[in-house]
Amino acid sequence: MKILIVDDFSTMRRIIKNLLRDLGFTNVDEADDGNSALPMLQTGKYDFLVTDWNMPGMTGIDLLKAVRADNGLKSLPVLMVTAEAKRDQIVAAAQAGVNGYVVKPFTAAVLKEKIEKIFERIQS
Amino acid sequence: MTDSKEKSRSKLDPEFEEQLREKSATLKDLVDAGDFPAAMRQINDLCEVRDQSLYREVGRLTRTLHESIRNFHIDAHNLEQQAELSKMADASDRLKYVIDMTGRSANRTMDLVEATMPLATALREEAAAISEDWQRLRRREMEPAEFRELYKRVDGFLGQLTTDADTVYGNLSEILLAQDYQDLTGQVIQRVTTLVREVEDNLVQLVVMASNVDNITGTVHDIDNDNKDEDGIRAEGPQLHVEGRTDVVSGQDEVDDLLSSLGF
Repeated sequence: MKILIVDDFSTMRRIIKNLLRDLGFTNVDEADDGNSALPMLQTGKYDFLVTDWNMPGMTGIDLLKAVRADNGLKSLPVLMVTAEAKRDQIVAAAQAGVNGYVVKPFTAAVLKEKIEKIFERIQS
Repeated sequence: MTDSKEKSRSKLDPEFEEQLREKSATLKDLVDAGDFPAAMRQINDLCEVRDQSLYREVGRLTRTLHESIRNFHIDAHNLEQQAELSKMADASDRLKYVIDMTGRSANRTMDLVEATMPLATALREEAAAISEDWQRLRRREMEPAEFRELYKRVDGFLGQLTTDADTVYGNLSEILLAQDYQDLTGQVIQRVTTLVREVEDNLVQLVVMASNVDNITGTVHDIDNDNKDEDGIRAEGPQLHVEGRTDVVSGQDEVDDLLSSLGF
């Protein structure tokens, strides 16, 4: 299981990376916005995408849309971990095909729960 | 909008107002008397009075703005801090300093946490292993040779425990110290906030003054206020003052409710 974490703040990437390691996911790469993430994803090496929304360059919602529009990536599970908390934004992310939505600040338990839920759905 | 506009409409510099009244009375007299060259000179005088009043107002505003920006410096408490802070010339540098400093603290904290976690894991594993042997010993299921092994192991573990506990304590103290950024960044942010407030106040004055200038020059603006956020989902970062707002979720539970109402 290879995971890509996309966030413009290295500290947040590091926090998520640590939490994922505690969940047993050690194969993790990082990108700092959608523009650098998309080519990495298109190599087809990743099984799961965790992305922030608010980033310079390409935002997380645009990255999500690009992923869903890409034939090779359209079924890639995407978890959004973001401070964006407007209902319209959450609805928009859902419509764009997000698999899970975690608002910052979040706890390790919430991240774990959402990730497990996503994998349960995929397997069933 | 209209209220403040109505209020500002009646506000003119009293001196200018008086001169305007006086000179237009003279102008009327001159026109009535048929002295047109003098009337034209009077119109020029009027324009000059208007321009001067305008320059005076703009000049006053510019000075205030400059003062606000010049006054923007930080009273650091020691020489090291002064050297650090005096290098920063403007607000964006200061805010970058905040980002750098909080980033450094976060990374320092995570370094220490990452260094401490394996210690806890190792101690836990060793304690579990010893505990298992210990139970066997209590059930008298242990050979003397094994017991001697356990004896040495417990000895080693206690030694390790003492060292590691010291390391953990030391790391925790350092994590505590790594939170000192709050003090310095707090000072910087308060300064920037003060500057922003001063600039805002001055801009409000500028707007009021500009409406006076509009009155002096008789300019009417056609302002389009319908420039709304295009789709309502542009990234905004963390929401402040969430209480009582219905367009914003207050936490993960509300996100989950919203998503499940959408069939998630």
